[in-house]
Amino acid sequence: MKAFTYERAKDAESAARAVAGHAGAKFIAGGTNLLDLMKIEVETPTHLVDVQDLGFDKIEKTSDGGLRIGALVTNTNLAADDRVRRDYAVLTRAIVAGASGQLRNKASTAGNLLQRTRCPYFYDTNMACNKRKPGSGCAAIGGYSRQLGVIGVSDACIATFPGDMAVAMRVLDAVIETVDPSGKHRSIPIAEFHRLWGDTPHQDTVLANGELITAVTLPRPIGGKHLYEKVRDRASYAYALVSVAAIIQPDGTGRVAFGGVAPRPWRVEAADALLPQGAAAVTARAFQGATPTKDNAFKLPLATRALASVIAQAKA
Amino acid sequence: MPEMPDLELSRRGILAGSAAAATAIAAGAVTSADAAPLPPTKAKPMMPVKFKVNGERRELSLDPRTTLLDALREHLHLTGTKKGCDHGQCGACTVMVDGVRINSCLSLAVMHEGDEITTIEGLGTPEKLHPMQAAFIKHDGYQCGYCTPGQICSAVAVLDEIKRGVPSHAQANVSQRPKVTNLEMRERMSGNICRCGAYSNIAEAMAEVAGDAFEEAKA
Repeated sequence: MKAFTYERAKDAESAARAVAGHAGAKFIAGGTNLLDLMKIEVETPTHLVDVQDLGFDKIEKTSDGGLRIGALVTNTNLAADDRVRRDYAVLTRAIVAGASGQLRNKASTAGNLLQRTRCPYFYDTNMACNKRKPGSGCAAIGGYSRQLGVIGVSDACIATFPGDMAVAMRVLDAVIETVDPSGKHRSIPIAEFHRLWGDTPHQDTVLANGELITAVTLPRPIGGKHLYEKVRDRASYAYALVSVAAIIQPDGTGRVAFGGVAPRPWRVEAADALLPQGAAAVTARAFQGATPTKDNAFKLPLATRALASVIAQAKA
Repeated sequence: MPEMPDLELSRRGILAGSAAAATAIAAGAVTSADAAPLPPTKAKPMMPVKFKVNGERRELSLDPRTTLLDALREHLHLTGTKKGCDHGQCGACTVMVDGVRINSCLSLAVMHEGDEITTIEGLGTPEKLHPMQAAFIKHDGYQCGYCTPGQICSAVAVLDEIKRGVPSHAQANVSQRPKVTNLEMRERMSGNICRCGAYSNIAEAMAEVAGDAFEEAKA
């Protein structure tokens, strides 16, 4: 691990200023992804600003009947919250489908949104990777790509966003709240939070340097059956090959987002509208223009079958 | 307990140490007195940190890169907690911090100012085993034993998580309280890998410690 200096921030604005004012600085919350990457020198921050004392560890009701989830709420505490289990069960289901009990106890809500791809070429510093080292090329294209993206990817990068929690937040239309070093707040709909790679895959999100996530808000509950289906190589503690988050209403309408397939939780609102016509109609629209590799083309029929399973569970 | 000096390790020291392992164990300590000192590295800024380990107050001065795992093993010489993968994938480093289990390899020691840490040494002793330790012995919940401290810390925490109603992927309905079933325990233990494959015996040990709660879940 490269040497760094460390400080523990007292409030959000000074934390944001500390990162913005120090070249190579990063926030650290749970640290479960960042430290992993620092050990193999994929991440090499020169300064860490620890945000654990900022008090963003509460889940509160919003004035319009939704929930405001503090950025530092752990995955375990978010999944276990009674209001989340009752009104936003897709979120609990997605969280408990990810990682291990130990990691969920430490991983934060904001950190989970910011987790980096698990593309093996991103992790291997001997390999070309435009995400890790801009301009170096992409060894994944033409390489081992079974786990990688099938849509929304580019000629520069075919990595996926690896998380589960954010896929559920996408069907819940979550909004990410931030503060920047000047104290300015903004609200970013989750649909716009993760970038498509394009020519700049080293930028995962739309956050500016020093911009700190303070909370994630969920709109008021919309009812329906909340389901999360995750298909992976082993029964537990593995990343998704394909996952499906869905909220399905009694009349068969609903919302659906896919994980493990794209640079962001993949939801196409025009495809949601086709839910009453069945899984094949939805995925045909949602994955229109997909560019799978020979190794990961299986993800397209797998997405259809996973969604068919979800629709069947909703009817049961 | 007197504060012990940090272990001075060098490659030659480790090689000499392993060659002399039998005598070193008999003497109760590994010495690196005969190892040539390594050239001095660039001075690193050290940081103070205070926390409680197994009920005892500890103060250390650490390179900020030091993980909680390395602070426990290399600085406090609590070597019960094991380093397996050092990347949060195997669970051998599992300890409890403020009552919940975490991977100590993926956490910086300096981030734990004021925390209460429990390691395998704090759960039980050879004279007074924790019930989970006794159950692992009775049910053969290990073979080589390397993952065992992490498995036991995790197992104790898992039963507590089920008792507190923390949901899991094994539940059909996450709005209900989880039960102590074999399926629940296996799902919740998935962050602890056992290369010897003692999984079914570990689940049996956990079921014994859960006692009535496990029997009721079966009924």
